[in-house]
Amino acid sequence: MSILVIAEHDNASLKGATLSTITAAQAIGGDIEVLVAGAGCQAVADEAAKVTGVSKVLLADNAAYEHQLPEAVAPLIAELGKNYSHVLAPATTTGKNVMPRAAALLDVAQISDITQVESADTFVRPIYAGNAMATVQSEDAVKVITVRTTAFDEAGAEGSAAIEACDFVAEQSIASFVSEQLSKSERPELISASIVISGGRGMQNGENFALLEKVADKLGAAIGASRAAVDAGFVPNDMQVGQTGKIVAPDLYVAVGISGAIQHLAGMKDSKVIVAINKDEEAPIFQVADYGLVADLFKVMPELEAAL
Amino acid sequence: MKVLVAIKRVVDANVKVRVKADGTGVDLTNAKMAINPFCEIAVEEAIRLKEAGTADEVIAVSIGPQSAQEQIRTALALGSDRGILVQTEDQVEPLAVAKVLKAIVEKEGIDLVILGKQSIDTDNNQVGQMLAALCNMPQGTFACKAEIKDGKIEVTREIDGGEQTVQLSLPAVVTTDLRLNEPRYASLPNIMKAKKKPIDTMTAADLGVDMASKLKTLSVAPPAERSAGVIVESVEELVNKLKTEAKVI
Repeated sequence: MSILVIAEHDNASLKGATLSTITAAQAIGGDIEVLVAGAGCQAVADEAAKVTGVSKVLLADNAAYEHQLPEAVAPLIAELGKNYSHVLAPATTTGKNVMPRAAALLDVAQISDITQVESADTFVRPIYAGNAMATVQSEDAVKVITVRTTAFDEAGAEGSAAIEACDFVAEQSIASFVSEQLSKSERPELISASIVISGGRGMQNGENFALLEKVADKLGAAIGASRAAVDAGFVPNDMQVGQTGKIVAPDLYVAVGISGAIQHLAGMKDSKVIVAINKDEEAPIFQVADYGLVADLFKVMPELEAAL
Repeated sequence: MKVLVAIKRVVDANVKVRVKADGTGVDLTNAKMAINPFCEIAVEEAIRLKEAGTADEVIAVSIGPQSAQEQIRTALALGSDRGILVQTEDQVEPLAVAKVLKAIVEKEGIDLVILGKQSIDTDNNQVGQMLAALCNMPQGTFACKAEIKDGKIEVTREIDGGEQTVQLSLPAVVTTDLRLNEPRYASLPNIMKAKKKPIDTMTAADLGVDMASKLKTLSVAPPAERSAGVIVESVEELVNKLKTEAKVI
């Protein structure tokens, strides 16, 4: 068996999501090669070559791949992918965007968001917002898979693989990049932070998120939000934790003013320790919390900041 | 411009499903069914294009059981012009759905396909991207803004780090994220009018599509349950427990 892992990166550095995906590849077993497609991304390839378990890095360095447009990257993945038994990518917005397109070009199914590898052709994945776990088996010649990164540890950095240039380019003129607005934050990334503090509708407005920020500063935590808080315009969409937003599983998840809809729980219930702070003692969030504090968050958050 | 909207009949978002005791799936007996929330946003977007004079016709298509007619009727009540039901009693995998949609896109001469980014039952997030690949169309997935100008469509997408805007030539595929719009409710007169709008019923075979899949679901199990926790009385007690009991801070 041979596995191709699609690297997630920003042309400058390799994302942790790729390391988790490589661990999933190791669970399948076989030769693991990594594709780094981007522009001016040699440094990413160098980093990928050092990851434990990687036997080769393919570097497709071309302006066409700069913004990871699926119209350009999917044909590359399909062209290379037909020579592998498995093609894996992290289930990030980049992976979710490009991988189904590559799978369709290969005329195979995609297995989304796997949380467990049972064997080389059998995988476990959540359905119904994680309220059921399906075990699925694929008979496709090439198994195209996206990996839920919180379910796999990050691979180490004890490798020394060779880097090989790949000059395949599928010219396309149907899609072009216009612009990008990326949130700037000094805090750890939401999906990989070991502590996450999230606010919900109970925060009442965006300014009140400052209460969470002060606590997050003390703990080195990332800040998330429920859909209600994002829909209300308190905070930007990239902070949404939930079924269709970001899936997180930190050591500590603190839910503040979040009622705990099924869709929110789907994004955080695999956290190691969950704390819920809500003045409504009937809030469903308390059913999954290890520690619940029934109290007014506006009184409690300053106290918490002072106590840390 | 002709717009195709794909909709899926799914369990209502507020229903907490349970896994069947025999592990063959989830129990949906008597469960409330609805249009997948992301598909509802897709319908709304298409109707707004029609109201703006950009779209001439909006066709709502669903692939599913006879009862999926209910969801097509809802799409018609919201303002779609006509419906297509590709009837099947089987669980259909995303690649097969994409192949069926491709056949309809070609048959109808569609300029823009709008779909939900993900259905809340199978949580695959694949069909739009697969359809775009099969039709060699560009794709604007997870859209929070879509604007047609100069014969192209500009789509702003919700991505992990923020937002990305891409420009796509038409025909194109757009999949919706939550913030694209806020779907309206159907008015009673429009619900009545929708009863007279046509729904064509056909099968995948009529469209020359083989829906066989090489992906099998072997079993479905409930997730690991979290055991109930404790209620603490104060911030001091909470911090103390996090330090000494949970050891996470």
